[in-house]
Amino acid sequence: MNRHLISAADLSRDDALLILDTADELAQVADRPIRKLPTLRGRTVVNLFYEDSTRTRISFEAAAKRLSADVINFSAKGSSVAKGESLKDTALTLEAMGADAVVIRHSASGAPHRLAGWVRGSVVNAGDGQHEHPTQALLDAFTMRRRLGRLDGLRVTIVGDVLHSRVARSNVLLLRTLGAEVTLVAPPTLLPVAVGSWPCDSGYDLDAALPKTDVVMMLRVQAERMNAAYFPTVREYSRRYGLDDRRLALLPEHAIVMHPGPMNRGVEIAADVADSPRSTIVEQVANGVSIRMAVLYLLLGGAEAAR
Amino acid sequence: MHALHPPGEDSGQARPDPAGNSRSAVPPGSKTVLGSEEIRRALTRIAHEIVERTDGASDVVLLGIPTRGVPLAHRLAARLSQAEGHPAPAGSLDITMYRDDLRLRPARSLGHTEVPAEGIDDKIVVLVDDVLYSGRTVRAALDALGDLGRPRAVQLAVLVDRGHRELPIRPDYVGKNLPTSQREVVRVLLAEVDGQDAVILGQDSAEPGADGAAGAGR
Amino acid sequence: MSESAWLIKSASPAGGPATDLLLRDGQIADMGALGAADGARVIDAAGLIALPGLVDLHTHLREPGREDAETVETGTAAAALGGFTAVHAMANTEPAADTAGVVEQIWRLGVRAGYCDVRPVGAVTAGLAGSQLAELGAMADSRARVRVYSDDGRCVSDAVLMRRALEYVKAFDGVIAQHAQEPRLTDGAQMNEGEVSGRLGLTGWPAVAEEAIIARDCLLAAHVDSALHICHVSTAGSVEIIRWAKSKGWRVTAEVTPHHLLLTDELAETYDPVYKVNPPLRTKADVAALRAALADGTIDCVATDHAPHSVEDKETEWQVAAFGMTGLETALRVVQAAMVDTGLLDWAGVADRMSVRPAAIGRLTGQGAPLHGRPLQPGSPANLVLYDPAARSVVSPAAHASRSRNTPFARMELPGSVQATFLRGEPVVLGGKLVASDGQAASDSQLAARERQSQRGQPAGPEPVR
Repeated sequence: MNRHLISAADLSRDDALLILDTADELAQVADRPIRKLPTLRGRTVVNLFYEDSTRTRISFEAAAKRLSADVINFSAKGSSVAKGESLKDTALTLEAMGADAVVIRHSASGAPHRLAGWVRGSVVNAGDGQHEHPTQALLDAFTMRRRLGRLDGLRVTIVGDVLHSRVARSNVLLLRTLGAEVTLVAPPTLLPVAVGSWPCDSGYDLDAALPKTDVVMMLRVQAERMNAAYFPTVREYSRRYGLDDRRLALLPEHAIVMHPGPMNRGVEIAADVADSPRSTIVEQVANGVSIRMAVLYLLLGGAEAAR
Repeated sequence: MHALHPPGEDSGQARPDPAGNSRSAVPPGSKTVLGSEEIRRALTRIAHEIVERTDGASDVVLLGIPTRGVPLAHRLAARLSQAEGHPAPAGSLDITMYRDDLRLRPARSLGHTEVPAEGIDDKIVVLVDDVLYSGRTVRAALDALGDLGRPRAVQLAVLVDRGHRELPIRPDYVGKNLPTSQREVVRVLLAEVDGQDAVILGQDSAEPGADGAAGAGR
Repeated sequence: MSESAWLIKSASPAGGPATDLLLRDGQIADMGALGAADGARVIDAAGLIALPGLVDLHTHLREPGREDAETVETGTAAAALGGFTAVHAMANTEPAADTAGVVEQIWRLGVRAGYCDVRPVGAVTAGLAGSQLAELGAMADSRARVRVYSDDGRCVSDAVLMRRALEYVKAFDGVIAQHAQEPRLTDGAQMNEGEVSGRLGLTGWPAVAEEAIIARDCLLAAHVDSALHICHVSTAGSVEIIRWAKSKGWRVTAEVTPHHLLLTDELAETYDPVYKVNPPLRTKADVAALRAALADGTIDCVATDHAPHSVEDKETEWQVAAFGMTGLETALRVVQAAMVDTGLLDWAGVADRMSVRPAAIGRLTGQGAPLHGRPLQPGSPANLVLYDPAARSVVSPAAHASRSRNTPFARMELPGSVQATFLRGEPVVLGGKLVASDGQAASDSQLAARERQSQRGQPAGPEPVR
């Protein structure tokens, strides 16, 4: 494994499988009387969050604490980049505090990449702008493998705002590495212009894609897109690209429904679809902790020299 | 984790083998100290000792330490149920996350932990491993066990005790006491993992602290 | 500056046969196989190429307002070290160069620094705000004699305003230099829109945002029969439109930057904002088209778009970093790498694209403005650069005279080395090093003389090429 986890493209197939296998073992810890391992005792993990994301921060915090690491939460939200401390100065502060790993969430694509050039510890990307969110992709792959038993040859359809989605980017890269076949479905305005060069298929017709789908992943429609002429109205979007009962019935019987959260019920996913037994949305949250434990263990658990 | 070099990998000390038995799993310069028949007898004897010392083994749970402790635990469990007529639960206990030498090497992949459905609370847990050396693995296993529950008692069964303890730990059941020098490496081969049963004593060819010395030596 | 004479031995003018040049009284006094001249100091220029002093149509000197990034003095020192004898200082200072007062101040600062001629570019619209024309005529009539107008950094996107500006400057032979960027198509844009932007999750900057404005402005220029100059052309499509406009005989000229001739958008993969620039770095195909267009003359000239930025504005996340790259000190070397060493352009072509044509576009005619871009021949002003094309070295930003360090060529090995730069017969760079300026120490009367010189440009020669 690399010293950092910034892009899903950093992971070889062996790396990715090692993380998933490790997470499989660590998932048991949640069911034990003592949900803690001593492995990262004396190590410091900093959660550096420039964007509000309670669920991701809590997930990383739980993961680090279950491995006995010291956790420092550094919420830089609100300190606007213009007047607040620069990312570089913050990096030097973290360095002085002896952070062994920095988990960073930032609205600017590439911020973790920059940070990695300024700190000695490992950098874990917890979502950067419209770029990537590799631990989300790992937990999604983990959830698919647990539910469906395999990833190789799995047909995964990712639906919605691909253009602005870090989840979609990381999933396309990781799922490809793991042998799944990904199809992106979105209105043409929400697909990148060069999507043809991505290692996946793409299309505009959700109804046509669903019967050939083992996993359908619904992306969140960001509120700020709704008024930017990417689509005429929320109602039309929902009609053409929302997952409702009728569309659920188009899926093969074994297929599962995923969503990285938080959901807009009634927009990209109907409430009863989100709550159906085929939805893995709650599982995804639990699996997130196991995956992040695995990532932190594999980045921090070994010798310094190896990192 | 058992650092068992694949046969022949131990080339540092390799000498030309005059007997020409290159197809043997025994690397040049090594000798077999236990064969499959001796291993079988040792395990049978340990099973009987467990029955004797645990009042019929009715509360015993066998937990093997991966990799080769696990098949040993299952072999002992089979012998216990043969002898006593009731199934003896067996599982595995990975100790990787509890090791005290994690920072000496790159992060390693985890073994599998599987506690039998009966659990371990108020049971007599017999930890099973192939080689007892420094005692550090057993120390880690005791910590791991403490996080899983509260056994009534914990005992230790090993196929080979090669000495050189670094911690106050002693085995309850020993297949064979094998006096060794610290320069030597003890390798256990088991059919489930290696395709054959044997215990091999060889010279440590690897540099100090490398996989061979640290792993097989526990 | 003291009156002195220089005898340059065995230089190769624009790559031609080696010859000697005698510089005296600010002019090239003689050329040929020359013996020792009275009191003339001698420079051995064997193996060096002599080019007419380079002219940059697009320089950001940052003064007034951002003296932490660059000043007229440091910027013109950088220009001299790059072989430039005249630079056009863009109007996006603070305050903007949108009045006669500000452009005269910048012009005077240039005279005082003394490293090269500074030609202020006037803002097209007041405060670069894009709503109302600045006092274009007042700037034209000021001592700075402004002829080039631009809102560079911002596009004059209002079609009516652009039409009026093009029309209005006809009265004094002005030219509007457009920064072609359709603002709505580039809202929040960070880099070229394409495969790389999609992968990196950086908001894309489509080529059409540049091309649509260029097409519109060519049509407007034709309609009102005025002179349009296109700044920093960056796409293959723009080249096609300009080629078409020129084929119609319309008065359209264009520039390309050195970095768009050498670098591509893949560099954004580093997320290092040193590669963040407006317009953005494009693809290999665009680079090839730009090189071909510069070679065939569709693109008239190279202009640096030298855009110094402080460390704080660049050592940040990509999307909050400032756009821009420094370029004065590396321009000629990059052009050698991209155009000469590739066989696309000879040294006479370089002289044309980096001196003759930009001087003509900037109206550096010697009439009220200094005279630049004249071929190296007796009677021409002694503005020239001596360049060693055989040298190679790694670009080291720390060694640059610019106050800023944001060069994308850092740590790259580039060919060539500027050995000497002469401004009206006086060396400002010798042996690759700046000759100490006496600017700050000069007396008022010396400065006044220099002001007159830089307006007359002496001597009055024949009309420069247009």
